[in-house]
Amino acid sequence: METGKNYLVGIYEDENTLVNAIKQVRQSGIKIHEVFTPYPIHGLEDVLGYRRSRLPIAAFLFGLTGTTLALTMMFYMMGIDWPMNIGGKNYTPLPTFIPVTFEMTVLLSAFGMVGTFFVVSNLKPYGKPKIFDIRSTDDKHVMAIDLANNYLSREEISSILNQSGASEVNTRNFD
Amino acid sequence: MSVTASVRKPLITGGKTAHDVTEDICRQVEGKPTQLWLTAVAISLGLLAVGTYALLVTLWEGIGKWGLNKTVGWAWDITNFVWWVGIGHAGTLISAILLLFRQKWRMSINRAAEAMTIFAVICAAQFPLVHMGRLWVGFYWALPLPNTFGSLWVNFNSPLLWDVFAISTYFSVSLVFWYIGLIPDFATIRDRAKNKISKAIYGALSFGWDGAAKTWMRYESVALILAGLATPLVLSVHTIVSFDFATSVIPGWHTTIFPPYFVAGAIFSGFAMVQTLLLVTRKVYKLEHYITINHIELMNIIIMVTGSIVGIAYITEFVIAFYSGVTYEEYAFINRMTGPYWWAYWSMMTCNVISPQLFWIKKIRTNLAATFILSIVVNIGMWFERFVIIVTSLHRDFIPSSWAMFTPTFYDIGVYTFTFGLFFTAFFLFAKFFPVINMAEVKSILKSDALKIEKKEEIREKQEI
Repeated sequence: METGKNYLVGIYEDENTLVNAIKQVRQSGIKIHEVFTPYPIHGLEDVLGYRRSRLPIAAFLFGLTGTTLALTMMFYMMGIDWPMNIGGKNYTPLPTFIPVTFEMTVLLSAFGMVGTFFVVSNLKPYGKPKIFDIRSTDDKHVMAIDLANNYLSREEISSILNQSGASEVNTRNFD
Repeated sequence: MSVTASVRKPLITGGKTAHDVTEDICRQVEGKPTQLWLTAVAISLGLLAVGTYALLVTLWEGIGKWGLNKTVGWAWDITNFVWWVGIGHAGTLISAILLLFRQKWRMSINRAAEAMTIFAVICAAQFPLVHMGRLWVGFYWALPLPNTFGSLWVNFNSPLLWDVFAISTYFSVSLVFWYIGLIPDFATIRDRAKNKISKAIYGALSFGWDGAAKTWMRYESVALILAGLATPLVLSVHTIVSFDFATSVIPGWHTTIFPPYFVAGAIFSGFAMVQTLLLVTRKVYKLEHYITINHIELMNIIIMVTGSIVGIAYITEFVIAFYSGVTYEEYAFINRMTGPYWWAYWSMMTCNVISPQLFWIKKIRTNLAATFILSIVVNIGMWFERFVIIVTSLHRDFIPSSWAMFTPTFYDIGVYTFTFGLFFTAFFLFAKFFPVINMAEVKSILKSDALKIEKKEEIREKQEI
C-alpha cells in the first residue's frame, strides 16, 4: 500500500466516540488511513468498511493439508513401505489412524493460520511499526489520516476531526 | 410494582480505567525484582538443583535407580506425567472453551492459566523422555523418521505413539495461542519502556504490533479459530493419555469410562492448580480488583462440578467391575480399596470426592484461605488417583508369586522434584517479566461506568434495608 509522509492524527478518549467519529469522518468524504486501538473493539471493522478476514479459509485449507498428509503418511508407512503383521490384524486399520490424523490436522491448521496471520499483518520479530501516537497501546484510540490521500486541506480535516469528538488533533510526519 | 433487572456486576472492580490497567499490570514488569520474588526464585532454583542431580544420576546409571521392579514396571514416572498433563488442561479450558462460551470472566485469569499449561506440559514431557533411559531415543524412535532399521516405522496403532503426537501438538498449539495473546501486551510494554535494552527485547517480542483495526480484526478471527481448534484438542489429549491405559488388558485399566473420567479429572486438578497459583499472585501483586472473589467462586464451582464427575466415575468403575463378573476385574478394585495400598485409595477418595463437596457452602467457596487449602488438597488427591490407578493395578498381577510392592527411591522423588523446580522457576520468571494479566482483553471489558454501577447498587441496597 502506498503511504504518504504527512498524517493528521486524531486522538479519541472513548470507544463510543471513536465509532461515531469514524462514521462522521467517512461521511464527510475523508479516507481514513487506519485506526489504532489499545484493545479489540467489536464492530469497528464494519464501520471502517473492512472486508471480513479470510483467515478461517486459510485455517481450513491448512487443516485439510494436515489430514491428507497424516493419512498418506500412515497408509504409506504401515500399508506399503513396511506392512507389519500385528496379531493377524489389518495392516492399515483406519480407526487407529484417527487420533494422529486429528492431531496433525489441528497442528497444521493452527500453525498455518497463525503463520498466515503474521505474514499478512506484517508481524515479525524485527518489525518496526509506524507509531502514530505512543499512547495507542495504552488507553487512547488513534485515527490516522494520510494527507496525500485526501483532497481536503489540512485545516478542513482538522476541523472535522475536532467536531467528531477528538480530544487532540496532531500532525505526524514520517521521513 | 416495578421489577428492575439487576445490573450485572462489573468483572473488574474499583472503577479502573484503561490507563489504570496498564499501570497496574506493567508495574511488576518494570519495577525492580523484590526481595520476595528473589527468595521464591532461589527456592525453586534449589529444587531444580536437587532435581537435576537426581535426573543426571538417573540418566547416567539408568532407570534402575528408580524403585521399579519386574511387577511394577510403571510407577512414579507415568503418575507424574499424567498429573502434570492433567494440570495443564485448565489453561486451555479457560482460554479456549470459555472463549467459545463467551465467558468474559476468563479474561483476567487466562494469561496466567495458559502459562501454567505450557510449563506443566513441559514438566510432563520430561517423564516419557527420561523413562526411555536414553534421551536421544525419545526423538528419533518416537517420531516417524527414516532410520537405519530399514526403515522400520513407528507403530501408528499404539496409543503411546498417539500420545507423542497429542502432547507435542497440544504443547505447540497452546504456546502459539498464548503468544498471540501476549503480542499486544508486549507492544504496550515496549511503548512504555524507558531503557534501550527492554525496548529492544519487548520490541522483538511484540513482533512490531501497532494495534491497527485491521490487525485486531484478524487477531480476533485467529483467536476464535484457535479456540475452536484447541477445544477438541484439549479433550483429545487426555482422552489419548487415558488410552495408554484403557487399550491395555490389565484389570483396572481396561475400561471404557477412562476418556471422560480422565478429562474431568484433568480439568479438576488444573483448576485447583490455577487457584493455588493465582491466589498467591493476586495477593503479592495486589490484583484484587482484577481477580475478584467472583472469579475465585466461579472457579471453585468448576472444581466442585468436575470433582463430582470424578467421584461418580470412581463409583461407576466399582459397580461395573462387580457387574462384569470378571474375577480379575473385581479383585483389582477390591484390592485397591482394602489391599496394602488402601491408604492411597482412601487419600484419593477423601481429597477428590469428599473435599470439593465443601464448595457447596457459599462461605467456603468465597473464602480465600479455604480455597487455597482445598486447591492443594485436590492436587494431592489427583496425584494419588494416578498412583492408585497405575500402581495398585500392577502390583498384584496374574501370578501371586510375583506380587510385589513399590517403594520410591530418592531418584523417583528427585526427578519429581526436578519438575517442581522447573515449573516454579518458569512460573516466577513469567510472573516477573511477562504481563500476568491480559491487559488488552481486560481493557475491552472495562465498564467505564463500573463505579457508577457500584454506587447505584449501594444506594439500592440501602433503600431495600
